[in-house]
Amino acid sequence: MAYDYEKSIRPGKLPHIWCPGCGHGIVMKGLIRAMDTCELDRNNTAIVSGIGCASRLPGYLDACTLHTAHGRAAAFATGVKMAKPEMTVICCGGDGDGTAIGGNHFIHACRRNINMTYVIMNNFIYGMTGGQFSPCTPTGMKASTTPYGNPDPVFDISKLAIGAGATFVARTTAAHPREIDKLIAQGIKHNGMSIIEVLDDCPTSYGRRNKFRSVVDMMKRLKKDAVPAKAAAKMTPEQLEGKFLTGVLYHDNEKAEYTEQYAALIKRVQEGA
Amino acid sequence: MTRTLLTGNGAAAWGMRLARADYLPAFPITPQTEIIETVASWINRNEIECRMTTLESEHSMLTAAGAAAATGVRVFSATSSQGLLYGMEMLYTVAGWRAPLVLVNVSRGLAAPITLEPDHNDILAARDCGALQIHCATCQEVLDSILLAYRLAEDWRVRLPVIVNLDGFYLSFTREPVQIPEAAAVNRFLPPFDSGNLCFRASAPTSQAVAVLGGGPYSYFRYQAYLAAMNALGVFEEIGQEFRKQFGRSYDLLDTYHCDDADILFVMLGSFATKAREAVDHLRASGQAVGLVRPRLLRPFPKMALQRVLAGKQGVAVIDQNLSPGGGFLYTELATALYDQSTAKPLLVNFIGGLGGRDISREEFFEIAAETRRAVTAGTAPLPRLLFTAAELREVRKLQAIAGSRREPPRREP
Repeated sequence: MAYDYEKSIRPGKLPHIWCPGCGHGIVMKGLIRAMDTCELDRNNTAIVSGIGCASRLPGYLDACTLHTAHGRAAAFATGVKMAKPEMTVICCGGDGDGTAIGGNHFIHACRRNINMTYVIMNNFIYGMTGGQFSPCTPTGMKASTTPYGNPDPVFDISKLAIGAGATFVARTTAAHPREIDKLIAQGIKHNGMSIIEVLDDCPTSYGRRNKFRSVVDMMKRLKKDAVPAKAAAKMTPEQLEGKFLTGVLYHDNEKAEYTEQYAALIKRVQEGA
Repeated sequence: MTRTLLTGNGAAAWGMRLARADYLPAFPITPQTEIIETVASWINRNEIECRMTTLESEHSMLTAAGAAAATGVRVFSATSSQGLLYGMEMLYTVAGWRAPLVLVNVSRGLAAPITLEPDHNDILAARDCGALQIHCATCQEVLDSILLAYRLAEDWRVRLPVIVNLDGFYLSFTREPVQIPEAAAVNRFLPPFDSGNLCFRASAPTSQAVAVLGGGPYSYFRYQAYLAAMNALGVFEEIGQEFRKQFGRSYDLLDTYHCDDADILFVMLGSFATKAREAVDHLRASGQAVGLVRPRLLRPFPKMALQRVLAGKQGVAVIDQNLSPGGGFLYTELATALYDQSTAKPLLVNFIGGLGGRDISREEFFEIAAETRRAVTAGTAPLPRLLFTAAELREVRKLQAIAGSRREPPRREP
């Protein structure tokens, strides 16, 4: 039986803006399934985004949604969560939005370990503005602003999140749709900052410039280079050359969650007074 | 000299190319991106010598721009709207450093609601930062203004950053015939940047824009930057004349059209003024003595020039493509400029139009002229009036119905 996505989509909002072959739709479906798995109350769920193709996602979903300023999703989401700690807060956005102009907010939300789930769609490029390189464009790959190949080193979003203090970090790809919803659901259930990095494809701005013949090509590449973290433990560094790990990369249940810590502080100070 | 079709963005890129800018920090934002893409393609083809870096935000972009200018190289950059606001902190800083550079702003209305289309609230937010502002109405003017801007910015009497403004979409993406001057002629008009003591030199260091504690030195340096900005009025006229001798096109502080014998004047900024110009032709054809004034330089404000042009007029319709609590910016600024005259002042009537790229039709200019005349007859000006039609209101009501979010005060039980 076909999965009922329509109940979660705002009437009249489709068709979406994404190009044919874009992976953002796969991620959106994954998010819907994850929200169903977690039985989220739509009136008690805030989905926050910045600016960019991926940031258009919340507009299609039937929940409390905020489409905000470029790079600021994590800051807006922090405001929502602090004002209403009982709400489930989910951020959506791209690699450019989250790690370039919004990099500051991203790492500080991780550092605080505030309870939210950030689904970051990493398609290696600024898609909406026409294919400029982002902090996640792999070194050597082409973008409109790097015609000879990107000379810059790259952010590993998951490692960045772990280093910054997020307590649940997982990675998958748009070519692994079944894993997307499982990881997002785990992220939502985790009490703390959860980063779900979904490696995604942008056939229009990234694929064409980098000699991918088709969307299928891009998807095959994502599948080929993905190594489940568990399997990687048994592999040699040579075997892992050029690959990336998927699945749960980091999980820490010990670190205090920010809004709880804050509430405890208020209680302690007031009782002490 | 080549005559070709260029978009406003293309013209801006050509201005940068002819000015031989050494460094371009960049960050993409609609509708400006085409400028940096054009320059990037020239760098790629080895047609120009320039270093370009893509930063991670406009804030870093303007920081890099100011720092590069402080090392003594010629710097160009471009942004738009939200980007200009995000980099605003650095604009004040760079102006305080007295580091000359040229920044192009492609005007776009500010969020919220988000839009891509133009109005002037973005550029006018930068009016107090210390950077000078040149506003353009045509693609030719965009190219020429960038050359003028570098002369102005680098002049020893000024030494401030200059922002050249063009309207998004209406000018940025509209192709017009543009004369591209010969590089040799531009080199004569705009010699290489002499940065003077603005440079890095460990053996003979100078301090610039360091922290000052205490209001005295702070007041001194801020006032010095203010005086430098005011010098720009005279300097602009001077280099405008030099530009005419070199290239045959004249750029005064004000662009005036049929002003001498007019009793009613339109005052407007930017490319929408070309619509007013066309309306003036029609109004003249029907026997009405209407003219148009378009300030090119907005910072510093060409107060004396405006006083002269507006002297003896009955009514002035100030058409603001921006909105601020208290009325349009140009209206309040113009009222201030006219106040300290002892002679009779024209009646100012304020119209708000062209917000978020909303068109201003010919008929609306007719109505503006008629309303201004009515106000002159009555002897009092009405409150600022928004140009907005019943059909537009119906469309908005439809959108509101879809959004389900009409703002009403909470109902209280009696």
